[in-house]
Order: sequence, then structure tokens, then C-alpha cells
Amino acid sequence: MNVNRLRLGVAALLLMSLGAFTAVHAADLPTFQLTAKDGRFTPERVEVPAGQKFKLVVSNEGPGPEEFESRELNREKVIPAGQKAEIILGPLKAGTYGFFGEFHPETAKGQIVAK
Amino acid sequence: MFATAIIVLREVLEAAMVVGLVMVAARGLRGRGLWIGSGVAAGLIGAGIVAAFAGSIASAAQGMGQEIFNASILFVAVGMLGWHNVWMARHGAELASKIRAVGRDIVAGVRPQYLLASVVGLAVLREGSEVVLFLYGIAIAQQDQAPAMWAGAFIGLALGSGMGLLLYLGLLRLAARHLFAVTGWLIALLAAGMAAQGAGFLVQADFLPSLGQPLWDTSAWLSLQSLLGRVLQALVGYLDRPAGIQVLFYVLTLGVILILGRLYGPVPARPSAQPPLRRGKLQAAK
Repeated sequence: MNVNRLRLGVAALLLMSLGAFTAVHAADLPTFQLTAKDGRFTPERVEVPAGQKFKLVVSNEGPGPEEFESRELNREKVIPAGQKAEIILGPLKAGTYGFFGEFHPETAKGQIVAK
Repeated sequence: MFATAIIVLREVLEAAMVVGLVMVAARGLRGRGLWIGSGVAAGLIGAGIVAAFAGSIASAAQGMGQEIFNASILFVAVGMLGWHNVWMARHGAELASKIRAVGRDIVAGVRPQYLLASVVGLAVLREGSEVVLFLYGIAIAQQDQAPAMWAGAFIGLALGSGMGLLLYLGLLRLAARHLFAVTGWLIALLAAGMAAQGAGFLVQADFLPSLGQPLWDTSAWLSLQSLLGRVLQALVGYLDRPAGIQVLFYVLTLGVILILGRLYGPVPARPSAQPPLRRGKLQAAK
């Protein structure tokens, strides 16, 4: 039983320590800004290059937390008020991909258009 | 109010499915209500803590802290579910016959209860932290719609819990005779689904390649936006637009758990001419 627990602990630690590699990856990706405020996203349409990885920086100006979510892009991330979150996406085929704020689903909507 | 109910329902549903399934898996074990109830309670407390520290978690690990945290919790749960299945593969038949012999809940030792309670706690912690954050957002928004939103949240909670209860009752009714085998499979599928979800978070954190996003798109047939889609997502890990690597993790996890179950199979019975004498006190299984 102790060996199994040790294995679980090592696995969890390994996962967490992999955090160092993200900086190398994400440093030089094209970056796009998105702002969540008062239950809406600005801009509601983000144009991005198709066929390559890119980074979306979502700033939540509040009030309250928001969850950036996109079924088409298979992403979800909770962003507390006053924080920015980086979301790495792509490469995307050309097309339109919707996203929404799960905490304000009726008003927080937008599209990412890959060209 | 409706929108709020749906949001809360979705999160609660995932945890409720796990609780319902685990309660079935723990059937026949004395004190399972207490164990699993404690798991839920611990998960709720943990959810509050995680929600309070959401900012620090999110900004950790170069801004990928939330993904790493979620993935870690999921993979630990996968390990525990797999371990539970291995334990059941070894002792399940022995357990089942003891339960039948005694006719009431037996003391089966700490391990299976601990594993299941932990899995429940982790599921409640993960989903609960999102609900807490969402409710916190309602609380500070100072809208005049707040009371309606709270009502919606309560409805979502009640509906989600009700569905967990339905799952529990439904499984007991439908699986009856083959309960251990059925729950064994369902737990393996639950673990596979969690592994796929964990892989998804690692893709989001840019730790893993997506290997095709999506590998398939069945959202026209069964969307994750639909209730059935959500239930299947929670129970067997259905995804309408999975990344290729999520499918890979799913299949691998299922395979490993099944193989381990075979490898660790039941302890061979000692050949003896007479059935063992029934004593006053049954020995607890390890």
C-alpha cells in the first residue's frame, strides 16, 4: 500500500514540476487579448491565423469570476476577478469557433475566426 | 434563474454521478454512508478552500496552475479508482459471498471505503470549487436578480443530486444479480473518463500535444450541451469533440485497469472437503 501511495505522490509531483516547460513553449506565440467585463467579452470577434498555435490572454475586469469556455475548442478556464489567464490554442483549421462565459452564458459570447 | 439552474446542475451532475456510482460500488460495506458522506463533506470544505485560493492556483506554474491542479486531482482519482478495482478483483468474490452469508452490511476493512470516499471527495472538490466561485460571483454582483439566481442554484443542486440518487437506485434495480461485475466496469469507465479529462487539461496547459482536435465531432448526434450528453460524460467519459490524446488516455487507462484486474485476480480458494465452520464473529477482509 505504501508503494502505491508513493507512486501516486511521485506522479502528482512530476505533473506539477512540468510547469517549468510551459514558459519555454508559450513565450513566442502570437498573442491576442480578450477582456471579460460585466458579463460580456470584448471584442466579441477575434481574428487569428489558421494553422498555428497562438495564445489568448483573457483579462477579467469583473465583477466576479468568469469561466472562459469553448466546446468547439475544447477549453475551459476559470478566471477570478482582476486576473488574467493565458489560454493556448491551435493549430486551428480555418473557420469560426464560438466561445462563451459559462458564468454569464446569456451575455458573454464571442467567436474566434481563424483565417 | 433558469440559466443559473443549468450551470449549477451541470457541475453538480458530475459529482452526483460519482457519488451515486460509488455508493453502489460500496454496497454491503458497513458504514459506507458515513465514509462517503465524510468524503462529500471534505470535498465541500476543500471546494471552498480551492475557490478562495483560485487566484493563486491559476497564476501558479506560469499561469497554468489551474490546469495542472485539475489534471493532478483527476489523475489521483484515476489511481484510486484503479486501485479499488484491483482490490475488488482480488477480494470481490469473497466479499460478495460474505455479504450474502451474513445478510447485512459487513465490516470489510478500511481500504475500499477509504479509496471510494477519496474519489468522491476529489470529485466534489473539483466541481464544487466551480460552483462556489459561480455563487460568489452572484453574491457580489449586487443585481436585483440575485434572489432568483440563488433559487436557480438551489434548483440545480437539487436536480443534480436527484439524478445521482436516480443513478444509485437505477443501478441497484437493473444490475442486481451482477452488481459487482457491473460496478467494476462502470468504475473502470469512470476512471478512463477522468483520465481523458485530465489529458484535456494537460493539452490546455500545453504539456501534451492534442493529436488531432477534434478526433471526431459527434456534437450533431449527441452534444455535451444536452442532458444525456452530460450524464454520459460524467459516467463513461463521453466527449463530443475529444482531442486524439484524450481518446488515447481513455483507452490506455481502461486497458491498464482491466489488465491489472486480471493480473491480480481472485485469491485462489483453499481446497478443502468441508465448508468452514461458521463462527460467531466473521474475520474482516484486508
